[in-house]
Amino acid sequence: MKSKKSKDYWRKNLKYLIILLSIWFTVSFGFGVILVDQLNTFQFFGFKLGFWFAQQGSIYVFVILIFVYIYLMNRLDKNFRSSK
Amino acid sequence: MSLQFSIWLIVGLTFALYIGIAIWSRASSTNEFYVAGKGVHPIANGMATAADWMSAASFISMAGIISFLGYDGSVYLMGWTGGYVLLALLLAPYLRKFGKFTVPAFIGDRYYSNTARTVAVFCALIVSFTYIAGQMRGVGVVFSRYLEVDINSGVFIGMGIVLFYAILGGMKGITYTQVAQYCVLIFAFMVPAIFISIEMTNNPIPQLGFGSVGSDGVYLLDKLNGLHQELGFSQYTSGSKSKLDIFFITAALMIGTAGLPHVIVRFFTVKKVSDARKSAGWALLFIAILYTTAPAIAVFARTNLIETVSEKNYNDMPSWFKKWEDTGLLEFNDKNNDQIIQYNGNETINELTIDRDIMVLANPEIAQLPNWVIALLAAGALAAALSTAAGLLLVISSSVSHDLIKRIVKPDISEKGELVAARLSAFFAVLLAGYFGINPPDFVAATVALAFGLAAASFFPAIVLGIFYKRMNKEGAISGMIIGILLMLFYMTKFKFGWFGGGDSSDWWFGISPEGFGTVAMIVNFIVSITISNLTKEPPKEIIDLVENIRLPNETDD
Repeated sequence: MKSKKSKDYWRKNLKYLIILLSIWFTVSFGFGVILVDQLNTFQFFGFKLGFWFAQQGSIYVFVILIFVYIYLMNRLDKNFRSSK
Repeated sequence: MSLQFSIWLIVGLTFALYIGIAIWSRASSTNEFYVAGKGVHPIANGMATAADWMSAASFISMAGIISFLGYDGSVYLMGWTGGYVLLALLLAPYLRKFGKFTVPAFIGDRYYSNTARTVAVFCALIVSFTYIAGQMRGVGVVFSRYLEVDINSGVFIGMGIVLFYAILGGMKGITYTQVAQYCVLIFAFMVPAIFISIEMTNNPIPQLGFGSVGSDGVYLLDKLNGLHQELGFSQYTSGSKSKLDIFFITAALMIGTAGLPHVIVRFFTVKKVSDARKSAGWALLFIAILYTTAPAIAVFARTNLIETVSEKNYNDMPSWFKKWEDTGLLEFNDKNNDQIIQYNGNETINELTIDRDIMVLANPEIAQLPNWVIALLAAGALAAALSTAAGLLLVISSSVSHDLIKRIVKPDISEKGELVAARLSAFFAVLLAGYFGINPPDFVAATVALAFGLAAASFFPAIVLGIFYKRMNKEGAISGMIIGILLMLFYMTKFKFGWFGGGDSSDWWFGISPEGFGTVAMIVNFIVSITISNLTKEPPKEIIDLVENIRLPNETDD
């Protein structure tokens, strides 16, 4: 169980988690809440940018994040299984 | 075809479909009853999760709430979608790898303790009951508004349908019915939205439409901000809640989503671990279709409404205005007796009170869409309410029959006996939910949103620490869950129902509303869990092995 292979797998997984969750936090709590007033000074088509992130952009990024994680983990699982 | 006839026809057809699916997919083992035999395709599970997730409130009320709150409504949009990222990354794959039927089963086994299991069962029951009562009420309300039966008969019809397919099919029946219900509800939500988007902006995609220019060449949101300013409302795109509160409410809703047992249990139904991740992705995609459309509907409806009624003569109002006035959802009080409707952000001169539910329910009429669209909307709202009620019902029945009866009260029960117990507890849960639907206690409406706070404060830390923190032991988890949920219950009852001396928004701790307090209670749970855990004995060796095992993928891909 505590082989190097297992440790590497878990460490990689945690690295993915930290990166993806930082993006998750940035687009929602960062752009949609904390920085919303600053971003609202920019116009994005008919939207104020901060408002767009809060009501549209963050949700699109959430969907993309999960699919990126699916891709990364499928690759990681495959490597884990082949490196016996 | 008359409107009444179209509605009965479409609602009748969808109900026949649900019953047909239930008969086709009835469950014959506990494995099928609790987790649909673990054979659900990830895309089908994604649809089922989406239908399970989107309740009567998402379907009927959310767009309306956003249209009144403007930017502040973003808490629901981000909160009820962002939780799926947490689910997919932190919970679903590991819980699926663990391979049991329910959330209390995970808690009980991971924390090697029937006390932890029992605490988890009670947390699951509290969360699920506050939620399901609102759903049955929603079914009743939709029936009474569209089918002209009274609310109580509506609740009875809804109970009958849910009972039939939940008891017969268990999770298997519920899952495939939810797939059909997702299709019905998303179609019903999108059709009017697309029609209205074309009408107002010439763009068939509502998500783009509400950032486009209207027929007068002005950006729709700029126009709406202008109208708001003129009428004394705060700017639509800015809102009025404090930033801190927005932050905490959003976090509580996200984390609560990831801690809701009826959502988590959906990920036990797929074939393999990688499918749990996949179905979380599909679920969020299917949910996002509705959640990104809702803010567009909010803007269309708000603009439409203000332009139709503001400063217009009462006698020139279109027929839908009178119709919704009769239902009490729209009220005109001509304070200065000039027959002109003054709709204003200033309460002393405002003459129009609008219930938020109108925004979705009356939208097709306001936009003068054909009868079948209105009928579709009724069927969609019922699909949303029934699918969520059924999912909750299953959590309640499996918590009782599997976690309480099988694991604690009567471990030697046969599988057949357990299946009977599961069906019986589903039956009693429906009766109880129906009772609350017919006699809604005042707190039901107030607590549905708070169910998220309760889930965040109790389950989320126990599950996440159980996976990511090997040192976590039963003493820490049990005290964390108990203190978390009690703290949340205390704050909610104090500020929502005035217990423990009550108080108003000026007394809120750190200015955080009860809706956002789940985040605070969750942080307290984390701190208590980790501290107590480090002060008490390490978990046994086999538990540490168990945790190491659920972190790794299976040797083969199945």
